[in-house]
Amino acid sequence: MAARPRRLDRAALTGVLVREVVNFGSYWRSTTFSSTVEPTIYLLAFGFGFGSLVSRVAGYSYVEFVGTGTVATAVLFSSVFPAMFGTFVKYQFQRTYDAILAAPVDTEELVTGEALWIAARAGTYGCVPLLVAMAFGLDPSWGMLTVPPIAFVAGFGWACFGILIAAVLKSIENFNYVTSIVITPMFLVAGTYFPISGLPEWARVAANVNPLYHLVQLVRHAVFGFQGSADIYHVAAMVAFGLVAWRLAIHFMERKLID
Amino acid sequence: MPGQAIRLRGAVKRYGPITAVDGLDLDVPEGTCVGLLGPNGAGKSTTMRLLTAQAIADEGELEVLGFTLPRDSKAARAEMGVVPQLDNLDTTLTVEQNLLVFTHLYRIPREQRREAIERALGVANLRERRGAKVDELSGGMRRRLLIARALVHRPRLVLLDEPTVGLDPQVRQELWALIDLLRSEGTSILMSTHYIEEAQRLADTVVVMAAGRAVATGPPTALVAEHAGREALEVYGPPARLREVEADAQTRGWSTRRTGTSVTILRAEEVDGEGPDGERRAANLEDVFVLLTGEEVA
Repeated sequence: MAARPRRLDRAALTGVLVREVVNFGSYWRSTTFSSTVEPTIYLLAFGFGFGSLVSRVAGYSYVEFVGTGTVATAVLFSSVFPAMFGTFVKYQFQRTYDAILAAPVDTEELVTGEALWIAARAGTYGCVPLLVAMAFGLDPSWGMLTVPPIAFVAGFGWACFGILIAAVLKSIENFNYVTSIVITPMFLVAGTYFPISGLPEWARVAANVNPLYHLVQLVRHAVFGFQGSADIYHVAAMVAFGLVAWRLAIHFMERKLID
Repeated sequence: MPGQAIRLRGAVKRYGPITAVDGLDLDVPEGTCVGLLGPNGAGKSTTMRLLTAQAIADEGELEVLGFTLPRDSKAARAEMGVVPQLDNLDTTLTVEQNLLVFTHLYRIPREQRREAIERALGVANLRERRGAKVDELSGGMRRRLLIARALVHRPRLVLLDEPTVGLDPQVRQELWALIDLLRSEGTSILMSTHYIEEAQRLADTVVVMAAGRAVATGPPTALVAEHAGREALEVYGPPARLREVEADAQTRGWSTRRTGTSVTILRAEEVDGEGPDGERRAANLEDVFVLLTGEEVA
């Protein structure tokens, strides 16, 4: 008899990841297209649009500022939305999770595997805006090499958040509430396209509980120079967000999938 | 004496005020095929979900392949295959890719994966369609692929949840041959169905379920002999005549069942000379099913 499977078994995680990788073969073109074209359009619009009005923001040229900010939005969009919609479709319409849970995989492994895969994609696609910004004049730096792992950690948290939303909400139409009430404000109060220093004090305080703000700061510091303890704080905030979202996603998916 | 592939004692599963499984006792001896026969809502699918720990029993003892559920369910699932009632294949993948994914999920070692896929394709007669996307397959082929997927790791136990529901008679017969092959190879099978003929043809033991309970258990022929006797007498006529026959049978203490256009008197061999005119035939499992569950058969 085979060895008794353990919690967060590598074989189970690999199985979930392999399924995603094989499926990715059928839709990677469209995903890669949108992940490349969208940040390019943002950078063109903001870079040439705002850039013609604003030369420097928070000590950076506007292209540098918005280029690094777009990394964060690319990570957010390539993780939270696939997690929300993908999870809901897989358990509600395709019943994929019923098939996976009939194999020796439990909900904890399923959620973790799905989030790891989305995080890996976010870590990769999150770098595209940097490449585009470099074409617009952003100088390369060694610190940029840390952007993929930073984007991976943030993407994992957002993926878990998306899975959590899919587990909690009863219909896909209700996702609009989350997009409007949670994601859009977070997206705007994160220092992506304009610095939060110009916002009211309450918004500046609120930014500190916004994981996207910490990601924006970390990416900027990775590109232009790390800032010691401030960055440790940003990493800690992102990791804490990821851990909390991960455990909550597992808990609520288990309630959804196991009667 | 063979061990038990499945052993349930007093299994109870409630969904709010509804008790879907109500104190179910169930044994599937190793190497046999047990048919769970019951109408819709009898608790068959919930029982299947209990066995994969996708539903957790509120009460009772559950053992699968010697593993206690739900504690050791993952170990049990590693050695069983599940064919779901609802198709949950990855539709944008090919036949072969669907199987490849499950060789990983079922932890088949790398050097054995190719052989496992080839064997599963062969069993399900899908070798010629290995490169076809699931979207391009007929309903029967998709069902065969679901079975192949459940067999890719050579499970000791296979759960078949309504394996032929919604399929045309020819495809159904193909699947019966496939399931019969599995049984002949010694794989333990638990199959839920509401098709009488399916249970009668494939199951060594039939468990008739109604309202979450096993109301009768035994080999199909023994169940028929015990509950419906040797012969049945079909009496046809207008509704008034059928009501009259039923009332008369009730007075005399005969068991009857009503179908749309007739009344069937069971154990007709015991009413010789006193019964009404009608057509005699051998009693069958359908008689038992209707008698015990109170359900009509479509």
